[in-house]
Amino acid sequence: MAYEYNGTVVEHDEEGYITDISVWNPELALLIAADENIEMSDDAWEVVNFLRNYYEEYQIAPAVRVLTKAIKKKLGPDKGNSRYLYELFPYGPAKQACKIAGLPKPTGCI
Amino acid sequence: MEPWEEEEGPEVVKHFMYVNRRAPYGTIFAHECLEVVLISAAFEQDVSVAFMDDGVYQLKKNQDTTGIGMKNFSKTYRALDDYDVEKIYVEKESLDARGLTADDLIIPVEVVSTQAMRDLLGQQDVVISS
Amino acid sequence: MNRILHIVNKSPTDRRAFDTCFRMAKAEDSILLIEDGVYAAVANAGFASEVNKRLDDFSFYVLGPDVAARGLGDISLIDGIEVVDYKGFVDLVAENDVTQSWL
Repeated sequence: MAYEYNGTVVEHDEEGYITDISVWNPELALLIAADENIEMSDDAWEVVNFLRNYYEEYQIAPAVRVLTKAIKKKLGPDKGNSRYLYELFPYGPAKQACKIAGLPKPTGCI
Repeated sequence: MEPWEEEEGPEVVKHFMYVNRRAPYGTIFAHECLEVVLISAAFEQDVSVAFMDDGVYQLKKNQDTTGIGMKNFSKTYRALDDYDVEKIYVEKESLDARGLTADDLIIPVEVVSTQAMRDLLGQQDVVISS
Repeated sequence: MNRILHIVNKSPTDRRAFDTCFRMAKAEDSILLIEDGVYAAVANAGFASEVNKRLDDFSFYVLGPDVAARGLGDISLIDGIEVVDYKGFVDLVAENDVTQSWL
């Protein structure tokens, strides 16, 4: 299974997570987002970029409650709450945003 | 229930201790155990993580895996705090035997004596070793 | 003579299960020897002294079927180590609060 754009083929697993995180780029993110029916607003990008930074720093895609807490710490309670994040990513902020960010499935999502 | 609403916590909280005794990259045990710890943290139990024997090498700071093509998961120990895993114990005798001190470790830990580690083990409901 | 390149990929301090087991066990604890652990029960083996000096500290057990499987049924085991069968194994698990395997 794969995403295709501009003649580039990017493999993904059965749930849509790309298998080689090093090939990620913003253009690919838009394509995955479209697949997920997510409109990439500035707020959505902020979360995706936050996740990418989190992964860079900790080598892990955080579970949703961990993501929420980390965003709260960094961006404040207006953004660091479940309701706000679920509005941006209705099928699970960690799962959908991680997929768009090109990261693995979050660790600790049950 | 809406997806952003918190579920209620478990009625019975058990004490789990994960015991790490292997060095990080030669076998998969260390990385697998770390993943299990992070996953189990979601169940809101009383989780503690112990490092002894070669397991203390997992926490050595300044790991750089670029040359071996493996993920540097030592960085992930720094996420334990975000996952509310705050009880991290390292046996002093194991550090001493390897010429290490708490200053060599990537995260703040509680360095404990053999006697204290023995007592901690005795306080657990479940001990999971790797 | 051929010159040999010897390669080692094990930490010198890896997998010293008995060291750690003896260090972490406390007075009321029991130690059950199973699988290759049963070699520690051989009376004439070099390691026997390590077990002998701890017989007063812990209750030692050895799993009979693992002893037999390794052909150790015809040699003497350390006095003071109790041989148990699978039922005895189950009883030990049930009698103790927690089980810890020193892998």
